[in-house]
Amino acid sequence: MNLSAFQTAVESGQPYLADGVDTGDIILAVVKAVIALVLCLVATMLMVWFERKVVSRLQNRIGPNVAGPFGLLQTLADGIKAFFKEDNIPENADKFVFRLAPYLSLLPAFLTFTLIPLGGDFNDGKNWSVEIFGRETFLQVADVPVGVLFFLAMSSLGIYGIMLAGWSSGSKYPLLGSVRASAQAISYEAALGLALASVILVTGGLSMNEIVQTQAGAGFGGIIPNFNIIVTGFIPFAVFIIAGTAELNRPPFDLVEAEQELVGGFHTEYSGIRFALFFLSEFMNTVTMAAIVVTLFLGGPAGPAFLGESLGWFTGFIWFFVKLLLFLFMFVWFRATLPRFRYDQLMDLGWKFLIPLSLGWLLVLAGIRVARNGDLNVLDNAQADTILVITVAFAILLIGMAVLRGAMNNARRERLLDAGLDPAEVR
Amino acid sequence: MVDVVSFLIAAAIVLGGALGVVGFSNPVHAALSLIASFFGVAVVFIIQEAHFLALVQVVVYAGAIVVLFLFVIMLLGVDTATDLRTEPLVGQRALGLTFGAILLTLILGGLFLSGPGDERGAVALTGQQSVVQPVDDRSQIEQLGEDLFTRNILAFQATALLLTIATVGAVVLVRNEGGEDLVIDEPGSAAD
Repeated sequence: MNLSAFQTAVESGQPYLADGVDTGDIILAVVKAVIALVLCLVATMLMVWFERKVVSRLQNRIGPNVAGPFGLLQTLADGIKAFFKEDNIPENADKFVFRLAPYLSLLPAFLTFTLIPLGGDFNDGKNWSVEIFGRETFLQVADVPVGVLFFLAMSSLGIYGIMLAGWSSGSKYPLLGSVRASAQAISYEAALGLALASVILVTGGLSMNEIVQTQAGAGFGGIIPNFNIIVTGFIPFAVFIIAGTAELNRPPFDLVEAEQELVGGFHTEYSGIRFALFFLSEFMNTVTMAAIVVTLFLGGPAGPAFLGESLGWFTGFIWFFVKLLLFLFMFVWFRATLPRFRYDQLMDLGWKFLIPLSLGWLLVLAGIRVARNGDLNVLDNAQADTILVITVAFAILLIGMAVLRGAMNNARRERLLDAGLDPAEVR
Repeated sequence: MVDVVSFLIAAAIVLGGALGVVGFSNPVHAALSLIASFFGVAVVFIIQEAHFLALVQVVVYAGAIVVLFLFVIMLLGVDTATDLRTEPLVGQRALGLTFGAILLTLILGGLFLSGPGDERGAVALTGQQSVVQPVDDRSQIEQLGEDLFTRNILAFQATALLLTIATVGAVVLVRNEGGEDLVIDEPGSAAD
């Protein structure tokens, strides 16, 4: 690596590359990657158990309770069983793509997990790094300088696994399932990206570490935390949660795998360990998405400032996993309570509601920021400008809604008249 | 050293993927090797420390555009292997080879005329001095954004206009004016 690469590494916040790469750095990187992989797999395994157990309880059942204490080892048992099952490849299948697809969906799920800062020490301007064996490092595998974009890239690559699995099976139902899945993922990616843009706007950077750093410490009044969920005004958070759930193909957006219509979706023809890989990647994606939500909107490992850092850098871990569990429980709760969306409802929600909402909110946020920095200079001070921006934004919102309503009513009326309905009946 | 090795690997992926696009008889396999090629290009961007461009390359090209290709291939049912020996348009390959050779000559000429202290090739090819160092020490995204909204504002807005036209065109195409009546199953429309 040349000198400028080192400088970039230092600027982009990888302090362990500052004075050259030696064997220790490589060992550290490998150890971190291995720990992250193990952590990710164990978390996924426990998530499968957690989901089955919680859903069972919500449905007045007991759930897995035989393998291990509280049925904790059930997932492990299922995994071992999957290894020994017969591995069928359909006659019509495209053999190479059929074998490739499970890995294509597992890899992005894990790579996204490597972006998440799991903990860190931000006392005394320590920049979230901790010291391990005399080396300064972050508690995340890689602080990619464009981490948020990396997340988006990985979620768009995850589509390929699903899409190619359905196509390569050489059968109708998997193909239908995979087309639905990719259409859904593409639609909701736009809303996801726009909600992300609000976070990027208030952070002013794309690295995950930077995003967490700006959320640490106390915000308004010294008590309310400086988390992005509050700073960006809740709307991007709500949009991100909904779009994220759709991106994961989880209930209530699971019509991709609607058993009643599609026999099981894109993985109908998969069996044995290949099916287990899809199953694993689906749950790994859930864990990763929850971790991303925590990182982007709830400060990741940062706790509320007034509680301090009583356990040193370990406090970050605890905060992170408490928040993670909260969102994992939310995903399971969604599954147990919400009925499935219809396909047209799904597309309407994505394109006609979430995308305009997050786009409009992004513009309002940008306007407020300009006004607050005193760059607008319409009224006499920055505060008056901010109020002006908010008023104008809401006025435009109301007018826009009224115009849209009118246009939709008119279009509906004309369609009904064209269909030969009595004009007196059509309002 | 690391740079050279990574470049060689990335270049092999780019070229191998590109050859696969032309060489595979199954369109889906061709699309897959197109993804591989785009990935190689992203790696080359990263080697040159253009992290933002690299990720945009993956999100937009490898992520969105090839997915659309695959959609079309799968839904139109053209996903069967084709015989590569027949030429769909007569003379297409000869023309392609000719233009390819011209392009290669130009690039090689530019390469041989460039070097330390010699920028004639780069200037002749791109019309600009080669920019090896970042223009200033702001972040790449800031520089790109400012460039888009000041120096290249016309191209930026033209692209936006083009996309709007495409959207309107798509809406007009699916409107089905004068065709068969669409089935209406709205509440209150009484399908009796």
